[in-house]
Amino acid sequence: MPDSDAREPRTMFEKIWSRHRVLERADGQTLLYVDRHLVHDGCAPAFEMLRRRGIPVRAPDRTFATPDHYVPTDARIRHAIPNDEHRGMVEALDRSAAEMGFRVFGLRDGNQGIVHVVGPETGLSQPGMLIVCGDSHTSTHGAMGALAFGIGASEVAHVLATQSLWQRKPATMRITVDGTLGFGVTAKDVILAIIAKIGAAGATGHVIEYAGSAIRGLSMEGRLTLCNMSIEGGGRAGMVAPDDTTFAYLAGRPFAPRGRDWDIALARWKEMPSDPGARFDTEVTLDGDAIAPMVTWGNSPEDALPIDGHVPDPDAEPDAERRTAMAGTFAYMGLTPGTKLEEIAVNRVFIGSCTNSRIEDLRAAAAVARGRRVADGVTAWVVPGSAPVKRQAETEGLDRIFTEAGFEWREAGCSMCLGTNGEIAAPGERVASTSNRNFRGRQGPGARTHLMGPAMAAAAAVTGHLADVRRLMAEG
Amino acid sequence: MEPFVTLRSTAVPFPRPNIDTDQILPARYLSRPRDDNHGNYLFRDLRLAPDGSEVPDFPLNRPYWRDARIVLGGRNFACGSSREHAVWALYDHGVRAVIAPSFGDIFANNSVKNGMLTVMLPAADVATLMAQVEADPAAEITVDLPSQTVTGPDGATYRFEIDPFAKKCLLEGLDEIGFTLTHADDIAAFERRFGRDNY
Repeated sequence: MPDSDAREPRTMFEKIWSRHRVLERADGQTLLYVDRHLVHDGCAPAFEMLRRRGIPVRAPDRTFATPDHYVPTDARIRHAIPNDEHRGMVEALDRSAAEMGFRVFGLRDGNQGIVHVVGPETGLSQPGMLIVCGDSHTSTHGAMGALAFGIGASEVAHVLATQSLWQRKPATMRITVDGTLGFGVTAKDVILAIIAKIGAAGATGHVIEYAGSAIRGLSMEGRLTLCNMSIEGGGRAGMVAPDDTTFAYLAGRPFAPRGRDWDIALARWKEMPSDPGARFDTEVTLDGDAIAPMVTWGNSPEDALPIDGHVPDPDAEPDAERRTAMAGTFAYMGLTPGTKLEEIAVNRVFIGSCTNSRIEDLRAAAAVARGRRVADGVTAWVVPGSAPVKRQAETEGLDRIFTEAGFEWREAGCSMCLGTNGEIAAPGERVASTSNRNFRGRQGPGARTHLMGPAMAAAAAVTGHLADVRRLMAEG
Repeated sequence: MEPFVTLRSTAVPFPRPNIDTDQILPARYLSRPRDDNHGNYLFRDLRLAPDGSEVPDFPLNRPYWRDARIVLGGRNFACGSSREHAVWALYDHGVRAVIAPSFGDIFANNSVKNGMLTVMLPAADVATLMAQVEADPAAEITVDLPSQTVTGPDGATYRFEIDPFAKKCLLEGLDEIGFTLTHADDIAAFERRFGRDNY
């Protein structure tokens, strides 16, 4: 069906949006069809809404689930989960799947993991798709060249019942990062630098497309990390145009098309990138060469600085609103203005989450951990993003590098990113974390979170304080 | 869903920017069933000290703002996690409207689905309203959806924009799933056109 605007250069977002348009109301609301609905063990309230009304799942073959939020990462036995509520959430997902007829990668399934790791890794998340999930980090899947965004429980119920969603067309933002990333600089540093620049609400109301040579040069894992934190910049969705990196990543994955279907899909995927001359509502540019390894010091992801910097001085902050917000942050974080970031000592290290728990992340952390020891008094965890990531890491011997260095090697799940499964830091404990949010209380009441990439977190573990990983990498 | 038409109430201010949904409803309460009163967990770790005693300075603990049905929020209010429980916590506490310069997109969507109105006003206007309720905590604000206006304690009126479909849903207390199912034929036609494996 030709689109009325087919001759105008179109963005990738517009192409995907118009492909999925079921109908459009005169008031501008569009009913969009959902290709893939990803579900996790926090979605119980949505299933309850459906059950109460006696409505079936419209498209169980487009619905895929895995437990991640409530699973323990020290064991894989469902009935042994000690907390009744947590065990109830994991059991409820299995029960809903059996009752409503959709596929679940359960606690002991070979594909279980964090839903945003599982989708791309199994090949369920593909270019051109419209993907939703009841979790704000659904933006992750946009790295495949898809339109993917998080929704709330009522919308999850709506998608289960109708396989569609009412949306008003958002604005588009292109963030171009050109240049070559420096030694020790990763996708996590790129996205933290972007958020520091645009602010935590910088992309509110927008779908982001990341472009430029520094983005093109990222691996699939790097692009997933990048798109994952779009929501921390206020954007519900972030995407990267599919290219040979995407296609090579997808080929042969369990749910990727095969044979002739692959050829047909590939031809369609190659049409997906934004047309030359396509217009974006907002344009942002960053110099990739200027990005350094980043850490956050405060309680918003926008509070990110290069590791060789200092905790800011509120008196030097020109923006009055930020200055006011800073005051409470220092008390919560237990920091003094002007402190050198590298002098901040940590108690805990968490390498994991839908942001940074993929094989490339674990390799980068292991390269720093190899032959070193976790500092005295520091507890360091490595939580792989999925069962396949865990198996791959063990095949490569990464688990032994970690355990010999004194890290705990655990099972797949969301774990300490938000602590819904009870894995949290104690009040006042300071955590070097590869997750996505440094909010107050995010990793437990009173816990103090500093966000960074996996190699930087490993560097914090072995030195006992925030550290510039480039120095450790240079030592070998 | 209960319709929202018009509301006159005291208003409790939260001026800090970027108040996230983890603060509005801490993650350890996400495994409670919907019929549990989520108002008990609203701002739990800011409202109550670890020993369970009230933090006297926290706005919701001030006598005149305990029953406020309007929240005045800072920039990027309720950003972060998609947890609808953040809306349920405010709603169960009695809040029916939140006025702020900007919102987390998902929170704003979730609010409409539950009959809670989010009003975006310019930051300067929100600051004015906050200053007025700080000066006179008993002062009341009126939010009127049909006319899309907020009226401050001094009688000043601010017009706001709202998506027409969201307005319709709120005014009618529309059951959105029921409404969409009236379009089931359109969805089925799309599915036939789109093809099972055509992404």
